[in-house]
Amino acid sequence: MKSYLRPYVGKLVLIWLVAVLSIAASIVMPLIGKDVVDGPVRSGDSGALLPLGLLALGVGTAEAVLIFLRRWTQVGPVLGLETRIRDDLYAHLQRLPMAFHGEWQSGQLLSRATTDLSTIRRFLGFGMLFLVMNVLQLTTVTVLLLNMYWPLGLLVAASAVPIVLVSMRFEKRYIKISRQVQDEQGDLATLVEESAIGIRTIKAFGRRHHVYDRYDDAALKVYRTSMDKVRLSARFFTFLEVIPNFTLALVLLLGALAVGSGALTLGTLVAFTTMMLQLVWPIASLGYILAMAQESMTSADRVMEVMDTVPAIQGGTAVIENPRGHLRFEGVEFRFPGAEQPVLRDVWLDVRPGETIAIVGATGSGKTTLTAMVPRLVDPTAGRVTIDGHDVRDLTLPALRQVVATAFEEPTLFSMSVRENLTLGRHDATEEELEDAIRTAQAMFVHDLPWGLDTRIGEQGMSLSGGQRQRLALARAVLNRPRILVLDDTLSALDVETEALVEQALRHVLRDATGIVVAHRASTVLLADKVALLSGGTITHVGRHHELLAEVPAYRELLAQDADLDPSEGALR
Amino acid sequence: MSADATTSTGTADDTAASETTGTTEGTTGTAVADWRGVASEEQDELSEKVSVLLRARSRRLLGDLLSPHRRAIALLTGIIVVSNAAGLAIPYLVKVGIDAGIPPMLKGSGPATLLTVIGVILAAAVTQALTRQAFLQLSGKIGQGILLELRRRVFDHFQRLSLSFHEKYTSGRVISRLTSDIEAIAELLQSGFDSLVTAVLTLFGTAVLLLVLDVHLGLVALLPLPVLLLVTRWFRRQSAIVYRRTRETVALVIVHFVESMTGIRAVQAFRREPRNQEIFTRLNDDYRGANARSMQLVALFTPGIKLIGNLTVGGVLLYGGWLALHGEVTVGVLAAFLLYLRQFYEPMQEISQFYNTLQSAGAALEKLSGVLEEEPSVPEPREPEPLAEPRGEVRFERVRFAYVEEMPILPGLDLTIPAGQSVALVGATGAGKTTLAKLISRFYDPTGGRVLLDGVDLRRLDEATLRSAVVMVTQENFLFSGTVADNIRFGRPEATDRQVREAARAIGAHDFIAALPDGYDTEVGKRGGRMSAGQRQLVAFARAFLADPAVLILDEATSSLDVPSERLVQRALRTILADRTALIIAHRLSTVEIADRVLVMDRGEIVEDGAPDRLIAASGRFAGLHRAWLESLS
Repeated sequence: MKSYLRPYVGKLVLIWLVAVLSIAASIVMPLIGKDVVDGPVRSGDSGALLPLGLLALGVGTAEAVLIFLRRWTQVGPVLGLETRIRDDLYAHLQRLPMAFHGEWQSGQLLSRATTDLSTIRRFLGFGMLFLVMNVLQLTTVTVLLLNMYWPLGLLVAASAVPIVLVSMRFEKRYIKISRQVQDEQGDLATLVEESAIGIRTIKAFGRRHHVYDRYDDAALKVYRTSMDKVRLSARFFTFLEVIPNFTLALVLLLGALAVGSGALTLGTLVAFTTMMLQLVWPIASLGYILAMAQESMTSADRVMEVMDTVPAIQGGTAVIENPRGHLRFEGVEFRFPGAEQPVLRDVWLDVRPGETIAIVGATGSGKTTLTAMVPRLVDPTAGRVTIDGHDVRDLTLPALRQVVATAFEEPTLFSMSVRENLTLGRHDATEEELEDAIRTAQAMFVHDLPWGLDTRIGEQGMSLSGGQRQRLALARAVLNRPRILVLDDTLSALDVETEALVEQALRHVLRDATGIVVAHRASTVLLADKVALLSGGTITHVGRHHELLAEVPAYRELLAQDADLDPSEGALR
Repeated sequence: MSADATTSTGTADDTAASETTGTTEGTTGTAVADWRGVASEEQDELSEKVSVLLRARSRRLLGDLLSPHRRAIALLTGIIVVSNAAGLAIPYLVKVGIDAGIPPMLKGSGPATLLTVIGVILAAAVTQALTRQAFLQLSGKIGQGILLELRRRVFDHFQRLSLSFHEKYTSGRVISRLTSDIEAIAELLQSGFDSLVTAVLTLFGTAVLLLVLDVHLGLVALLPLPVLLLVTRWFRRQSAIVYRRTRETVALVIVHFVESMTGIRAVQAFRREPRNQEIFTRLNDDYRGANARSMQLVALFTPGIKLIGNLTVGGVLLYGGWLALHGEVTVGVLAAFLLYLRQFYEPMQEISQFYNTLQSAGAALEKLSGVLEEEPSVPEPREPEPLAEPRGEVRFERVRFAYVEEMPILPGLDLTIPAGQSVALVGATGAGKTTLAKLISRFYDPTGGRVLLDGVDLRRLDEATLRSAVVMVTQENFLFSGTVADNIRFGRPEATDRQVREAARAIGAHDFIAALPDGYDTEVGKRGGRMSAGQRQLVAFARAFLADPAVLILDEATSSLDVPSERLVQRALRTILADRTALIIAHRLSTVEIADRVLVMDRGEIVEDGAPDRLIAASGRFAGLHRAWLESLS
């Protein structure tokens, strides 16, 4: 935190100085009022009135100028701090590996980058300042009041105690109930989200009323908790206004009695009442600010929790000058933290430069995990993966990920232009390269979009079909001209004709590159030179498609669509 | 910014989507500027003017929402007037106490007057407390009541609107309407309303009281009022612009952040981190700039008001002191003036802060009333026809359908599917297969001709009847949060546990469900995230089977399954489809095997029609497709 504040030391000092001065000014104002009443008005000295009045105007102007200075100077440091922490948080999150992101919902991360940082900003910018200023103002005024006429001063000071106590208690309960409302609104939002995204399913089954009832229950829950919140704050705010009014009445009573007995001047009484009212806000806000301090501590903890996470996957130092793309898995094991059974164990596989191998296995057999080890999206828990003899962990991450490109089954499209979505990390790609990649992936449809390559796609732009998305993911991978190309079941959403076209183009690409193809369909398997069967967490067979089909029943079970169709019941043969 | 973890992704997208980018991104280097690409302009964002003066439809909605609370609002008005009167009276009473209560005491004639005044002050304080409490509770109750009603109304309306509406409107905007827009109105009702009413009443009350206390001094005290109004107006206008800018910039930050995090796999695999950081830093800086502007505005405005207030106090001291000097006003009046002036200037700041809340609530109301005025394009029949025992005969009579009139998807289709027949629909993408399915399930109405179920036009069946007879399972099967059993039961909410299990067993999903950690009570996670695509699909099948419709439509329903699961489903389908009408759309011909009849479609017309073996034997398109498929299996 300190390093974030360092550039602003000068400004911070100025802010504090100005703040203290402005408190002084605000305290002086009522005192001048007192002097006017006790001095010129009482003595009938009109000559003394003018300087006092001018002084009041001067002090009033000074107070406003000081407030302006404080607020204006605050802008830079407060926002600078927030912005820099957010930048750093984002950079750090980009470094953290898949395993981290798998555990954390993006919403949780977002609330740290937005809500929590704003809470910290508000506390550092205002809360902390006000906390000190209020305490300062409170003590000064109380001392002044005690000085003027101690019984009244004591009374005012005493009236502060219940207000601070109650407002602290209130803030705690208020925060709790606000959280509850927030949580319940979150649940409601989840239902809204489902009802919007699942609208086809709801309509298909005609379950409008069913969904509405669920929503209504949650909405009623929000309503009830909100009403609790209303009642709580109604009580508190009423209390907040009652105490000062009662104190005012008491001050007037005792003050008048004191004036009557000559212990107090009329002017002092006037000053007293004004100053007393001036204290209401600092006292009441004390509880609020203390709660805010507590909250911002929690927020800081939440942010630090992420910032302190050390990236489990960090790059090495080596770079392969002219990669050939010789990929080897050597006794690789993968086990989820705390899991008894490894997902993958003792996997040995050798893919020679230019060779393409298909990986076939049942759902959940660890195919995707295996391919994710090559670009180090995950690291094996034992054994190693090598490229051209280098352990991938020795290579720098940019160097490694330049060698390997993956086209994922569920392609992520960002709310950006098609061009940006295709180039991703290769911002230097030329138009020709882009065009080549598009053609290879049979993604020419992008030219028919309203603004061509500049059309925004993703959630905030044009929506594309599953097949179109997969073709873009493929183009994205091809554009990287990797030595090792991983296709993670990339063709599953294409219709038969497009699939055939894409496969044809892919053969060209795969002729030069080393390829790993995760496949569910026989047609995709045929892209590969040989097939590895993943079963029971390890590779049990490696061979050519036809050989495995003929010799390995488990393989037949996975890939032959007509495997168990009895001739007597099969309509097509 | 109140982006909480659950709703933020939904709330953000509106403002971002509504921005016409490319041109608005600014001038600093095209490399950063054009990354977002171009999208068509949304109609969501409203021009500045409408947000204060609501359109007729918003006023109507507002009146509609308020009318059940008419009496409560009248009562509320009474309460607030009393409450403010009591509050305002207190400084005045202090004045009376000083002026009328102290002199008798100084003269030695006892504190009687003073005690009376104190008694009245206490009474006023108690009255204020009670009325204030009543006001806060009652206004809270009305506000929450309105919110609840609005939530219910908008949600229900969205659910009534047709699929064609949802496809255009997109789920992101639906979510925004029901979360951020409702919250904008909640914000207004919760904090804004109270401060507005209090501020306005205080302002007028104080002004009147000042004049009553002493006309001359009162006029001097009110002299800066025009300046105050001018300053406030300036601030209001500026802050409206700044506020909008803040919302736009934060929306972009949120979208970019969330997408980077959800897409982190692609980000890391394709070495996009530096580029992402470049974009994020710039967006973050834009946001900082917008925030800085808004803080600077406040930094100008607050001291400005303070200055005016302090100068007035100084002026009142001078002039009031002079008047007091000449005995024209009493010390009590002077004291009361100083007290009132404090009260006078504070609310001005609040009104201005409140303006943002008012503006965004106004905009939210505009959007919501717009949604509520949408009519479902597939309306419910006024006098629905009953369909006691649906058999499942489907007939298309000269059905024409077009999204755009010049390009009809179906130029004129005649087709009869007898009850109980399984029909496979084959053809290239865009041939009209899915349109056909959507017409049978009445997601759309034909632009010409009719679709009949057991001889009844679909438009004459009410929703409940139609949906119990026709169910469609698509590739994008959706799982709701809850357990596996809940999700299957979605097909028939009144089904018993046993029926749920039987449905799963029939479809071949029982084994994998039983193997889950909590079996049928396993939570599926957000959108079924804890299950694989194939498992989700099996659950969706079980759901459809439990619904037990006369007509079942499978649109690419098995394409995300791997071979073993697909085989499982196909085996189950033979039993399930035995006695019901089925329409099966599939790229992969393996699914076609279970059909009694194959229809090959091309450009909205049926080009081949017949039993599978017969079509294979002939040398048409289906025969060709089938041959290609067999080859791919080799």
